[in-house]
Amino acid sequence: MKSSVIIFPGSNCDRDMDVALKKFGFENQMVWHNDANIPKSDLIVLPGGFSYGDYLRCGSIAGKSRIIKSVVNFANSGGLVLGICNGFQILTETGLLPGILQQNKYLNFICKNVFVKIKNKENKYFKNINKEVLELHIAHNEGNYFCSKEELKSIEDNGQIAVTYCDDKGNDDEYNNPNGAIKNIAGIFNKEKNILGMMPHPERMIDPFLSGEDGSLFFENLIGNV
Amino acid sequence: MNEVNEQIAIDHGLKKDEYKKICDLLKRTPNITELGVFSAMWNEHCSYKSSRRHLKKLHTKGDQVIQGPGENAGVVDIEDDDAIVFKIESHNHPSFIEPYQGAATGVGGIMRDVFTMGARPIANLNSIHFGSIDHEKTRNLLRGVVKGIGGYGNCIGVPTIAGQTCFDESYNGNILVNAMTLGLVNKNKIFYSKAAGVDKPVIYVGSKTGRDGIHGASMASAIFDDKIEEKKPTVQVGDPFTEKLLLEACLELMAGKSIISIQDMGAAGLTSSSIEMASKGDLGIEIDLTKVPCREENMTPYEIMLSESQERMLIVLESGKEDAAKKIFDKWNLDFAVIGKTTNSKNIELFFENKKVAEIPIDFLAENAPMYDRKWIKAKLPKENNFSKDDFKSLKLSVCLNKILTDPNIADKEWIWNQYDHTVMGDTIQKPGGNAGVVRVHGTNKAVAAAVDSSATYCHAHPLTGGKQVVCESWRNMISVGAKPIAITNCLNFGNPEKEKNMGEFVECVEGITEASKYLNYPVVSGNVSFYNETKDKGIKPTPSIGGIGLLSDYKQMVTMELKNDGNYLLIIGKTEGHLDQSIFAKNILSNHNGPPPEINLFNEKQNGMSILNLKNKNLIETCHDVSLGGILTAISKMSIKGNKGVKIFPIEGLVNKFEYFFGEDQGRYIIEIKPENLENVEKILKKDSIHFDKLGIVESDKITYGSDLKISLDDIKEDYKKWLQEYMVS
Repeated sequence: MKSSVIIFPGSNCDRDMDVALKKFGFENQMVWHNDANIPKSDLIVLPGGFSYGDYLRCGSIAGKSRIIKSVVNFANSGGLVLGICNGFQILTETGLLPGILQQNKYLNFICKNVFVKIKNKENKYFKNINKEVLELHIAHNEGNYFCSKEELKSIEDNGQIAVTYCDDKGNDDEYNNPNGAIKNIAGIFNKEKNILGMMPHPERMIDPFLSGEDGSLFFENLIGNV
Repeated sequence: MNEVNEQIAIDHGLKKDEYKKICDLLKRTPNITELGVFSAMWNEHCSYKSSRRHLKKLHTKGDQVIQGPGENAGVVDIEDDDAIVFKIESHNHPSFIEPYQGAATGVGGIMRDVFTMGARPIANLNSIHFGSIDHEKTRNLLRGVVKGIGGYGNCIGVPTIAGQTCFDESYNGNILVNAMTLGLVNKNKIFYSKAAGVDKPVIYVGSKTGRDGIHGASMASAIFDDKIEEKKPTVQVGDPFTEKLLLEACLELMAGKSIISIQDMGAAGLTSSSIEMASKGDLGIEIDLTKVPCREENMTPYEIMLSESQERMLIVLESGKEDAAKKIFDKWNLDFAVIGKTTNSKNIELFFENKKVAEIPIDFLAENAPMYDRKWIKAKLPKENNFSKDDFKSLKLSVCLNKILTDPNIADKEWIWNQYDHTVMGDTIQKPGGNAGVVRVHGTNKAVAAAVDSSATYCHAHPLTGGKQVVCESWRNMISVGAKPIAITNCLNFGNPEKEKNMGEFVECVEGITEASKYLNYPVVSGNVSFYNETKDKGIKPTPSIGGIGLLSDYKQMVTMELKNDGNYLLIIGKTEGHLDQSIFAKNILSNHNGPPPEINLFNEKQNGMSILNLKNKNLIETCHDVSLGGILTAISKMSIKGNKGVKIFPIEGLVNKFEYFFGEDQGRYIIEIKPENLENVEKILKKDSIHFDKLGIVESDKITYGSDLKISLDDIKEDYKKWLQEYMVS
């Protein structure tokens, strides 16, 4: 299984993602933002970080970079595209995913473990994970997901909500919403479910000595389904 | 061009006799650019003119030391060709004037010091001190500083793994922001700032030069007054994105063999970086300022030389390697300009628009910089308090404990470190909030522990003891996570060195640091000095911050502080005598600020620490926490809250006063958790090593109990302890 991690200037979770993908069996390669083409891949990952300093708006400049055309083509032909944190922000900026990510409700950067509830398993990202609630890790300043009422209805109708913030029992209510995201949304798919954007970092949860191991479940499942 | 005279020199922070010395050395009046260069190099911040003769006494040697003080950062060996580059540095003055940018550029500056040496930064730490919680500026300063530290470190993608936050009214007019960075490097690929060879190209890389931060270094050596807000333009503006690019570009260039020497442009910018490189290489340097990439129009030579714009580096390259190097910086969209060359003139020569605008012999600026033997007075050991039974009569243990756990200097600091990315890079195995932060050495079984400590209260009461204590506290933090202590970096924050009392505090703290670090083989390998932390005649308490690092050869053997299992025993290592003077209890509960700090016994300190490492190596310890501020009961509470487990404390034999016992701050102590089946063995080993220990209690239920004197449920203390800071910030 081949994966590609795109490096933008300012990406800083590219190495972490590379380590995680390789650990779970992907043959991963790093791709520079200024390249025109992406090598043959089964999965493309847009990693976390502060692409182009997140100047203007998070992910907006990266959304216009040279490599993005190839990412869009790959996604439109059904290829798997995963955007984590800043990668999620870039996916919304390119229009591959609906909605936007605003500054956190309490205006602070948040770095901590959170629980997320898997809302849809009919896709390659969560299909065979035999847990309903995962403990993952967030580290962001702009993770407050927002979209219009119409978009929200369409997202819900199409089963595009991937994961929502919740407590360890799966209650995804307002008391378990770290950043103010609408409907506690932590991650969404496109309609076809081949594109996933999410704020939590599974790549930081792949080892019992780190913050936890639920990220391992995510990658194990992913390689099994690619 | 402005005519230079004595008054202009004084406006530049120079003393009359210093100006006279400049004229004598040059045998003429300097021009304005030259005066600017002298003032930047001769100010306290760059020249260490008050501190140099005392810093020479520091203990800086050891088998583990690859590079001691005098370089961009210190370097220590951590085996298998790996080395850690680390340093702590102050950014106090700018952070008070503009907390966000001041703190952010403090973090940026220290990271550059580390990657300048070829190391990839792997962890950030900080020690921050603010005024009284009732002071009108404290909240905003704290909020701004935390946002600044996070804003920079988070963006670069280096985890902030530990830190320290203190509040004391002596910082009302001068907050402290000390930032520390650790980097990992192959010990055969370390880069130094010493230039070598004549006619080698001098390269400028990174951001463009602007008018920000001009005279920052001089401002950092000035005393504050009411007009301090006017100094805002001297604070630099940080751009972490550019720094991230600069980091990657420099490491890419360093992978090749084209760099002779490299130096970041920190305090006093192009001036100090060029002069330091030439001075260390015993060379001259020629710079054409017309070639320096500038952000603003019509910048003068004076402004270019004194700008402290951030994210810039100066490199001396091997001849002929310019094009290959430029390619790398082009890839990362960074400026790259050949601005001069090394010479054998031993002068710094500056040209601008084809005219020579300055020429100064380098040794006038470096070796001939003023050095003062400031007068200082020795501090007397204060008389001990004699607390009487009446002082404690109406006190209840539970009430005292609650008050202490919500003391600003004890209460949980999660509100702060949740704003720092502490998990990026995927190797953080101990997060902030423990005894020390721990990161794995990527791809190996090793891990490095790091912590920052300061004890201004103790240093204020008796500087010599205080200096020793901070080093010991740092050593204990390493031991507590199971790491072998390796070396320290120090940030010496003091008041006005021209005052005998402040100078005495400095001299004696340094003496204390030296004595302890020598005894513990815990050498100082880097650091900086920040004097003139004084506003309108009020100086800060003497505050040396010690950043320590330690090595775990097997990260899986790391020890943490949260209680693990019901039925396990707690032992306290080290003797408890109930020293209350200068303790949190004395200040907070008895409103007493007098007396000597707890005594340091270096022999016991070393024995106790080594014996804990020995127990850890035999896998006999479940949990360890050093007993510091707030004494035994505070330590137990923190361990309980973290592990969500209660403790039944055993009756204390020969106990005179339970308040002294539970809240005394005697030094050299640790609480360890032991499985029942290991108890006998552990006791045997401790006895054999002649280590004093007491059986303290047993882990059980969700309450902390001590006979009929104390019964407190974790829920009752947890909430207040955890929420205090958050509530303070919104109140």
